[in-house]
Amino acid sequence: MSEDRTISALPDGLWTQPQPSVPSGDDTVSEVQRIRTPASFVYDFTPGRAPSRFLRGLAEKKILGEKCPVSGDVYVPSRGMSPVEGLPTTEAVEVGPKATITSFCVVHIGFGENAPPTPFVSALILPDGAAVSLYGTILGIPHGDVRIGMRVEPIWLPDDQLSTSFENITHWEPIDEPDVPAEQLKGHM
Amino acid sequence: MSPDRVAVVGVGQTKYSAIRGDVSMPGLLREAAYRALADAHMTMDDIDAVVVGKAPDFFEGMMMPEPYLAEALGAVGKPLFRVHTAGSVGGSTAIVAASHVESGVHERVLTIGWEQQSVSEAMWALSFPIPFQQQLVAGAGGYFAPFIREYVRRSDAPEDIGILVALKDRLNALKNPYAHLHEPDITYDSVKDSMMLWEPIRYSETCPSSDGAIAMVLANEKAAAASSASSGVLPAWIHGTSMRSEPATASGRDQVSPQAGKDCAADVFSQAGITNPLEQIDVVEMYVPFSWYEPMWLENLGFAEEGTGWKLTENGTTEMTGALPVNCSGGVLSTNPIGASGMIRFGEAALQVRGQAGDHQIDGVKTALGQAYGGAAQFFAMWVVGTEKP
Repeated sequence: MSEDRTISALPDGLWTQPQPSVPSGDDTVSEVQRIRTPASFVYDFTPGRAPSRFLRGLAEKKILGEKCPVSGDVYVPSRGMSPVEGLPTTEAVEVGPKATITSFCVVHIGFGENAPPTPFVSALILPDGAAVSLYGTILGIPHGDVRIGMRVEPIWLPDDQLSTSFENITHWEPIDEPDVPAEQLKGHM
Repeated sequence: MSPDRVAVVGVGQTKYSAIRGDVSMPGLLREAAYRALADAHMTMDDIDAVVVGKAPDFFEGMMMPEPYLAEALGAVGKPLFRVHTAGSVGGSTAIVAASHVESGVHERVLTIGWEQQSVSEAMWALSFPIPFQQQLVAGAGGYFAPFIREYVRRSDAPEDIGILVALKDRLNALKNPYAHLHEPDITYDSVKDSMMLWEPIRYSETCPSSDGAIAMVLANEKAAAASSASSGVLPAWIHGTSMRSEPATASGRDQVSPQAGKDCAADVFSQAGITNPLEQIDVVEMYVPFSWYEPMWLENLGFAEEGTGWKLTENGTTEMTGALPVNCSGGVLSTNPIGASGMIRFGEAALQVRGQAGDHQIDGVKTALGQAYGGAAQFFAMWVVGTEKP
């Protein structure tokens, strides 16, 4: 039954090993090479000071960033430190809710259970007053009409469904304001 | 005391494919490692230390595989070091291995980069929902596509530059027996007509998911001379190595052409005495997982002025017949075992210098650049290798 097979897909395979064997005379058994094994992992998450402020803000439909003590740049969401200065942030600042699309792509394949039906627009969104963009989904407009510089606002879950979660913002929709020139958005993606 | 000179004296690769069902993870590493040792005319006994790297463990769901891989490699008892820098890790790993020799501590170091993407789903690993974090609902392509859109806007490049890159790299891959994708029927139109995934990125402009490993043997001057005398193949001398990183999120950061990439290139070229990269570099292997990154990196590396990198693609400069061949191996667009992908760039640069690249060899290569990037385009690793002893 077992016949050595060359290991390596190229002709000069380096060594051989025995073929996998199936018990003889039992045709109900087939050779299994691959199985799917879904995995899960349960854990507790302790957000820390700045992310706690941010998540509690979301529960009140507020987007709270943290201010760099040196440059004044506001980061959202923040882990409580300025990534440029390496210093802790101490001051929370509300940003948005109005925002600007700094760039985007039109997604034609779905990823994960939270993705909307395709095609949809995944965008980098700069809340007013923030220094860097968030990722978000743009709905409420044909994907071909989305532009860099377009003004948008967040769409929230109904009040009775709000929690301390990023998922409170379901997506973003355009608002009737003039576009921001793309050159002003460099360095804020 | 000046650092010891370091050379690549052996390169070994596995055949890359979507599912290497014939070998386990240790088997993949062994295949690459033993080919590299054979190329260097050495055995595992000759190796002083092993430096390995792969992408984050959650891509495969196997935590810290390196301790048990030591046994599979026959490297038990040897110093073994693992490097972590996301997608650039293959490049960083080779540089760390080089520093093990450069320091004078070791004479012969084996370095390996690998990924077994078939045992998990890396794309989904980057997209799973975490309620307390912003979720990227579109995988790696969805992350990088907005920066490509911004590059196209800034440079006013013709819309089909990405198609030209993908076609070139996939045709080059036909000359590389190790490449994962071999698509002999590929045409401009077949790339253009392939499904749009993350507009402006099409299916055929996207890297595949691959299983595979690459290994290299790095040696000091004395060991390189002995290896070369035995194998009859010239060493690829390392003329410069550099790594740079920057925060993923920072005000003023430009992900279209990150400062860390510019600084990394300036540093490695300075070490290698390169003042005019377009003139002095004969061949480039760079990390292009999505087609448009070729022109973007050509600018970031200083081969072209900002906004003009696409012209080198369009006018054929980066073809194998051009003045600056880029990714003759087929590149990441044809083969992407993530943790190996950066080291394949470094190893292919060495193969070109050693004259061992087979059908995708460029004649008369004296100096070659390998480049890798990773994470949110925030990690960079580069080396320059050449025929001349530095």
